[in-house]
Amino acid sequence: MIHIDLLIVGAGPAGLMAAKEAGTAGANVLLLERSHVPGGQLVKQTHMFFGSEEQYASYRGFDISEILLDEIKKLPNVKLALNATALAVYDDGIWAAEMDGASYTKILPKAVIIATGAGEKSLAFPGNDLPGVYGAGAVQTLMNQYGIKPANRVVMLGAGNIGLIVSYQLLQAGVEVLAVCDGSPRIGGYLVHAAKLRRMGVPILTSHSVKQAAGQGRLETVVLWELDKAWQGIPGTEKVYRADVLCVAVGLSPLSELLRQAGCEMVYVNTLGGYVPYRDSFLATSRENIFVAGDVAGIEEASSAMVEGRLAGLSAAKFLGLSTPDFNAKRNDCMTQLESLRSGHAGERILSGLAQAVIGS
Amino acid sequence: MAIDEKSHILFTKPLHQTPMIYYHSTNTDINLKGDYMRISAHPILDFERGTQVSFTFDGVQVSAYTGETIAAALYAAGYRTLANSPVRHRPRGFFCAIGNCSSCMMVVNGNANVKTCIELVQDGMIVETQRGKGTL
Repeated sequence: MIHIDLLIVGAGPAGLMAAKEAGTAGANVLLLERSHVPGGQLVKQTHMFFGSEEQYASYRGFDISEILLDEIKKLPNVKLALNATALAVYDDGIWAAEMDGASYTKILPKAVIIATGAGEKSLAFPGNDLPGVYGAGAVQTLMNQYGIKPANRVVMLGAGNIGLIVSYQLLQAGVEVLAVCDGSPRIGGYLVHAAKLRRMGVPILTSHSVKQAAGQGRLETVVLWELDKAWQGIPGTEKVYRADVLCVAVGLSPLSELLRQAGCEMVYVNTLGGYVPYRDSFLATSRENIFVAGDVAGIEEASSAMVEGRLAGLSAAKFLGLSTPDFNAKRNDCMTQLESLRSGHAGERILSGLAQAVIGS
Repeated sequence: MAIDEKSHILFTKPLHQTPMIYYHSTNTDINLKGDYMRISAHPILDFERGTQVSFTFDGVQVSAYTGETIAAALYAAGYRTLANSPVRHRPRGFFCAIGNCSSCMMVVNGNANVKTCIELVQDGMIVETQRGKGTL
């Protein structure tokens, strides 16, 4: 049995920042990461981040991951366990993890931060289970992390930021992007990303979706069609593309199973991507020693995940009775940064979602 | 069937007026396997491959590099089907590639339900297609 001050599940942008902040405050931290590499989805982000200096703007995602990791390594009281999957939490507050492939380990933490991130959603259409129909993030992993060209010709479903960014990255890897389509009448992602694709000659078809995917044992053709105002396909508007991969970028959903199992009160919030925990503005859930940070608390971006990680790290340190002289200044700084990241058009949806999940202050 | 090679739109006639007979192989002009699939020139990224190893997939020798996952190595070798759905036996590839979705589970060294999208290759591994739900 491992006795520890703080257990953090997930070493992505939120978990790494949380470990750094709580570790700096003096907490003994165990950071569990299921993958063989830390950084979460930062490791496959080749684009430069927006935001401000505090959120590592103008650095590329994989560089940010390295920076955070270097800072964690300076803290001897923070232990990062790779190939370590949190499995369950029991009524007596003991958490179980599979570590290094085989050993079943019990952990009794005084506080926990859940930073498990999100999973890719799919969409219902005939043929959506064919090999060749992949999450856009999956294709990004194959291409940017493992250096394997995923396809020769791709159709992208979804013109949000992930759909647009991955389309551009596919072009950088020498893949032809035949079309980007989105059921919405408007491009959901930043227009700066859409403009880069348009300049490369990639058509972006709004009010279009997939009618079906087909092929013998693997994807060979994708049929798109136009949607009417009620999002119903219009017969006669089909376009058939010869493609070996169809990327699905229709949103993410929080990986909140552990929170539910821990007994945190949950709420379904569409604009946050699914079931998220009720929490206060400082990221404490309804279970007094469990905190959340990042996409598992509601789908946003890596920049806000990092700030939330820092905020949850501060909250957990305070719960553990570890006081830092500049606690209030740091916490106020996090709140100001989050407010700034959530301002503007894209922030409206997130703020309306948070209004349903954040209780008190 | 009109084929617009430039846009790769096979035909634009409404589907309900067109018999669905276009399941011809489209792979003749597409090299889908081998080191061709491994990206060597990239504007931003440098890929450092590990040492070359080999494993078997349903008895067939597959070469790979250390640091690659089983699913990534199989993909580079041209394999797209990693599993079959347990009831209707439909072919399945990976979907999420980060260990969430369980679409890529295979039998590895006799152990069922291994998520091959996050399991790294090792020299001499025995990888097999899983039948049904697998047994422990």
